[in-house]
Amino acid sequence: MSTKPFVVLKDVAKRWNGQLGVENISLEIEEGSFVALLGPSGCGKSTSLRLLAGLEIPDEGKVFIDGADVTTSAASDRNLSMVFQSYALFPHLSVAENVIFGLKVRRVPKVERNEKMQRALKITGLEGLEGRKPGELSGGQRQRVALARAIVAGQRLCLMDEPLSNLDAKLRSSVRKDIKKLQRDLGITVVYVTHDQTEAMSMADKVVLMKDGRIQQIGSPNELYSNPENTFVAEFIGAPAMALMDSYLIDGIKNGNKIGIRAENITIVPEGKGRLSCSVTEAEFLGSETLIGLEHEGTTGLNVLQPGLSIVPSGQRIDITFDDQDLHIFNSAGDRINGQ
Amino acid sequence: MSNHINLERRRQAIYGWLMLSPAALMLSIFAFYPSGATFFSSLFSKHTRRRPSEFIGIENYNDLFADPTFWLVVKNNLFYAAITIPVSIVIALSMALWANSKIPARGFVRTAYFTPTVLPMIAAANLWLFFYTPGLGVLDQIGSLFGLQSVNWLGQPETALWAIIFVTIWKEAGFFMIFYLAALQTIPEDYKEAADIEGTSRWTYTRRIVLPLLMPTTLFILVNAMINSVKLIDHLFILTKGGPSDASKLILYYIWEMAFAFFDAPHAAAMTILILLVLCIVAAIQFIYLDRRTHYQ
Repeated sequence: MSTKPFVVLKDVAKRWNGQLGVENISLEIEEGSFVALLGPSGCGKSTSLRLLAGLEIPDEGKVFIDGADVTTSAASDRNLSMVFQSYALFPHLSVAENVIFGLKVRRVPKVERNEKMQRALKITGLEGLEGRKPGELSGGQRQRVALARAIVAGQRLCLMDEPLSNLDAKLRSSVRKDIKKLQRDLGITVVYVTHDQTEAMSMADKVVLMKDGRIQQIGSPNELYSNPENTFVAEFIGAPAMALMDSYLIDGIKNGNKIGIRAENITIVPEGKGRLSCSVTEAEFLGSETLIGLEHEGTTGLNVLQPGLSIVPSGQRIDITFDDQDLHIFNSAGDRINGQ
Repeated sequence: MSNHINLERRRQAIYGWLMLSPAALMLSIFAFYPSGATFFSSLFSKHTRRRPSEFIGIENYNDLFADPTFWLVVKNNLFYAAITIPVSIVIALSMALWANSKIPARGFVRTAYFTPTVLPMIAAANLWLFFYTPGLGVLDQIGSLFGLQSVNWLGQPETALWAIIFVTIWKEAGFFMIFYLAALQTIPEDYKEAADIEGTSRWTYTRRIVLPLLMPTTLFILVNAMINSVKLIDHLFILTKGGPSDASKLILYYIWEMAFAFFDAPHAAAMTILILLVLCIVAAIQFIYLDRRTHYQ
């Protein structure tokens, strides 16, 4: 893995009729890494990907791929492949024809074309389905055809736009592993758009969390989880997400600041010995542990985890405590001010 | 147990027949029975005051095959079909592709192309009569600007059929375009983008992706255009009445003449049966042959 960035977005902005698309997107991606663009719907993650693909041209800023300025280049000149959310398989062409469509367009000789196709079908486990039409395949198979079509071209950069969103939950986790393995085996760079933080956190080397057309934080999954740069990141990442408390609840915190704390850092103590006394709103049994929702004035999303089955009736009072070193402190604008 | 299944199956069958019966009834009264009756009457001689109608077998058909006008009309109609069908389809497709792309005033372009379809054929024919009129007509006026001589488009055998053909294409292309436009709108934008990333040229994309996906529509339009090439004769009444010297006469117009101008119903019936036969055969070929090569979504 080279340290020189392979893909660079520099101060990229795209607006539609004055409305915000994305603003001020700066991003560096190393070759061979797996980068996830994560965020709620409408946050501009797909737009960023399309800007990178060349399906949209930015209003401002520059896009570099492999050192070349491709800001205004056509999509086909950027040497990348793409997997669409809808897969965009041509319904009248067989699996084989779909996979080699791009090679045919680029006039790759027939022998080489077939070799590459066989290899791509083997990698994606689609052997024997060459003659089928997309309509005769299951959702998972279609998804693999889309993957095969993306890898057959042998491009070093592959863009994926929510490729798993049309699959059921069980299939999703297995395809997730397949994609990750594929990316590692082929050594390609993947930019992956998703709204599902589990996908982003489990697959990506680097997560780019976006909101309202702006990047909120770039970092490894661990950095986003343990060092959220602002309250949005804190409340987006993790299940359960970080709880936020007003400053007056804890001594020694400047007025107006927000305090964040993760559920696993909260412990239940006997009554009268805790730092906060809350009432239980709900208890959710997750299998290995139970998530207990708590309510206290000036807090949002307060939860505590208890091992095993530990159902507490709602309305019961519980005292909790936590260490100061586990607190995340944000200023009134929502930006992190401790432990950076 | 099997009793229940039989009962259920019978119930489904009755249900099916009940659903079918209104259409079957209407079609029988207005299509199947008239066809049969036409065939029946084509086997009888013409009824005159002196000689009552009598069974003569295929005599009427033999008469037709011996009639040079019949063959001229057949030739005219084949030529008419051979030009109007492909040309109107190609124009409709090009207009649809253009009107479907991101151009300014797209709504206006679509409406403008569709206008000829909205006009009744008789009104359109009157309009074109004005265009074609020698001296006064728009075509001659434009021609005279460039110093061209006045042409009697409708009045000479060499150009009359072409003039008719032109009006038909003008009328049909907009109609077919609507079908193509509707079909084009069902093609997801993703396909174009996926093709773009592979570096597909616009032409290759159209040829390899768009045209195959439009095949069901093309088949539908083809059948329609073929039927229209036989049945669309309204403008003949206004423009040429089949003249001069039968140069622009089409089969249906000839049938009408035979039946209501010459009052020769048996020969008209015989000709109608021949047309039906040919149309059935061609439609069957189209559906059987092209269906196999068409991808339905």
